[in-house]
Amino acid sequence: MKPTFARRLVAGVLGLVSVVVVAGSAQAAGEVKHPRPVNGSWEGPFGRFDRAQLQRGFQVYKEVCSSCHSMNLLHYRNLGDKHGPFYDPKYPNPNDNPVVKAIAASYTVKSVDAEGNEEERPALPSDRFIAPFENRAQAAAANGGAVPPDMSVLVKARHNGGSYIYSLLTGYDQTPPAGKQIPEGKHYNPYMPGGVIAMGPPIVDEQVTYADTPENKGIKPTVDQMSHDVVAFLTWASEPHQTERKITGFGVMIFLLILTILLWFSYRSVWRNVEH
Amino acid sequence: MSGPSSYVPKSGLEKWLDTRLPIVRFMNDTLVDFPTPKNLNYWYTFGGILAVCLASQIITGIILAMHYVPHIDHAFNSVERIMRDVNGGWLIRYMHSNGASMFFLAVYIHIFRGLYYGSYKAPREILWGLGVIIFLLMIITAFMGYVLPWGQMSLWGATVITNIVGAVPFVGDSIKTWLLGGFAVDNATLNRFFSLHYLLPFVIAGVVVLHIWALHVPGNNNPTGVEVQDVKKETVPFHPYYTVKDAFAICVFLMIFAGFVFFGPNTLGHPDNYIPANNQVTPSHIVPEWYLLPFYAILRAITFDILIIDAKFGGVIAMGGAILILFALPWLDTSKIKSMRYRPIARLWWIVFVLNFLMLGVCGAMPAEPPWTVISLICTIFYFAYFLVILPVLGVIEKPQTPPASIADSILQSHKKSAGTSAVAVPAE
Repeated sequence: MKPTFARRLVAGVLGLVSVVVVAGSAQAAGEVKHPRPVNGSWEGPFGRFDRAQLQRGFQVYKEVCSSCHSMNLLHYRNLGDKHGPFYDPKYPNPNDNPVVKAIAASYTVKSVDAEGNEEERPALPSDRFIAPFENRAQAAAANGGAVPPDMSVLVKARHNGGSYIYSLLTGYDQTPPAGKQIPEGKHYNPYMPGGVIAMGPPIVDEQVTYADTPENKGIKPTVDQMSHDVVAFLTWASEPHQTERKITGFGVMIFLLILTILLWFSYRSVWRNVEH
Repeated sequence: MSGPSSYVPKSGLEKWLDTRLPIVRFMNDTLVDFPTPKNLNYWYTFGGILAVCLASQIITGIILAMHYVPHIDHAFNSVERIMRDVNGGWLIRYMHSNGASMFFLAVYIHIFRGLYYGSYKAPREILWGLGVIIFLLMIITAFMGYVLPWGQMSLWGATVITNIVGAVPFVGDSIKTWLLGGFAVDNATLNRFFSLHYLLPFVIAGVVVLHIWALHVPGNNNPTGVEVQDVKKETVPFHPYYTVKDAFAICVFLMIFAGFVFFGPNTLGHPDNYIPANNQVTPSHIVPEWYLLPFYAILRAITFDILIIDAKFGGVIAMGGAILILFALPWLDTSKIKSMRYRPIARLWWIVFVLNFLMLGVCGAMPAEPPWTVISLICTIFYFAYFLVILPVLGVIEKPQTPPASIADSILQSHKKSAGTSAVAVPAE
């Protein structure tokens, strides 16, 4: 009786598993197209950001995205943080970093002076990124009712966020399937859930001019390149300490590994005369 | 295994203290000399691992509470500020959020180990019941903790789960309003959840003390399920034998933990919780954290009215029952043999039960539509059948193998086997 029972059990389990697999793949074949992998240099435990790419990505954000998308969780000083786009070892305190100071100073921020009068002053590294709209209502009104999402943690707020944003930015050239209705003023993008997106194609080739530096040699501002660069920047911005996290992780892992090995030998030594 | 204490105070201070508050004697008898069966395997190291998890959650949690702002306008940003501007804040926060997952991973292994070796059976019913209370408190604590970052899943998860209370007939709505501090999940809810999320871990710590007390009266169960008969021959002092073994297991566990914290800190979380809570936008697909998915599936499995009980309340009863039934387990399992090592049929059903529980987890993650609703229902029925039918009946009809006469015997046998002298006749088989 036992082998029969065991065989039935195995058959039952296999049956259940196949139901899960079939149903799961049916679901995956739904409306949203699976994103194209961004294959960034920053991915994986050993992945690190390319500083020149972070600078280009910031440039794309600044000159293109920031006209609609805020990044409320970032301060200008973050740009000069260690492992950040404009980090300079000469300025461990990013508030002193002249590049960061200059970027901040190119914005004006509303403030109150010592006499209590409203004033406008150049932004400081300690100021938050200036948002394009005063409030949600204004953002919605200016964008046909759809509020452009804040980009501070956008990469963390989407499944496979980096690849998703990269695919979305480069996915406007595709033709909608026959019969797909695209409402007036909206756009087709197969990577957007539902396939319809309010944002028009945000970037075109040659939209920004990259600085003529040795690191940027041979890099053309194509849609693909700019998308890749801005995803690098947004990934960094979603968690500015991620490089530090990975570096710390290696130290912790090596420590734990050595400790584990030592404990294993201690265990063997303590138990060597005990039959168990 | 409480017996005569073997502690002998040495210094004058210890002697003085021992006649007034014998705390050194207590610690010595509990953590040093405590006689522990020799034959515990690695599944028995999860108690120690869980103690580490609880300590880690409490310490990181206290630090997070120093920086967190429990207000709907500030909660989300204050968590991000911890990640960005607090020194080491990203580490503390990721340890806490992944620590919850690790805590549940360990507790599930601990519970399934108890199910397999019959650790709930006499004389350990109270020990088991206290464990179930800890598990229940962990679920409530984790659920409230998940609300605190005030992301989309925080808000909508809380909304779905507190709606459960509203399903209670007649008084449900009033109780729900009272619990939420309003008509919907809002600032008042966030504040009280924060308060309770800070309180409950200390309640858990208190019940853990009782759990260990209840463990130390009958002593550890062991893989044979046969009670210790000869303390000298069959046990070793907890220290250094099990402190070193537990320490090794804890370190291996910490490596997995660190793997998540440093190299995939958001793998186990849901991306929607990085979208600030918005009560005007419902996520297309509301799911709890992975460790609550099996119970979420049971909640949603009841999609039909049963007599006067409507589907919603039926789901609530099923989910509550799925946890409460564990309290009755020591009396539902009728077998005289503790360990499933010697119960070939029960062992297979245990495997099915584990797979069934994993399947419920899959169902909980899927949308509530066919075929998942049907699979959820089948799995839910099996979940209850395991406790209410299979274990009670098997105990009577199953013909178990004969366990070794004693732990010492079992150790002797396994040594003979590994030495290759399998020709030696095994008695009683």
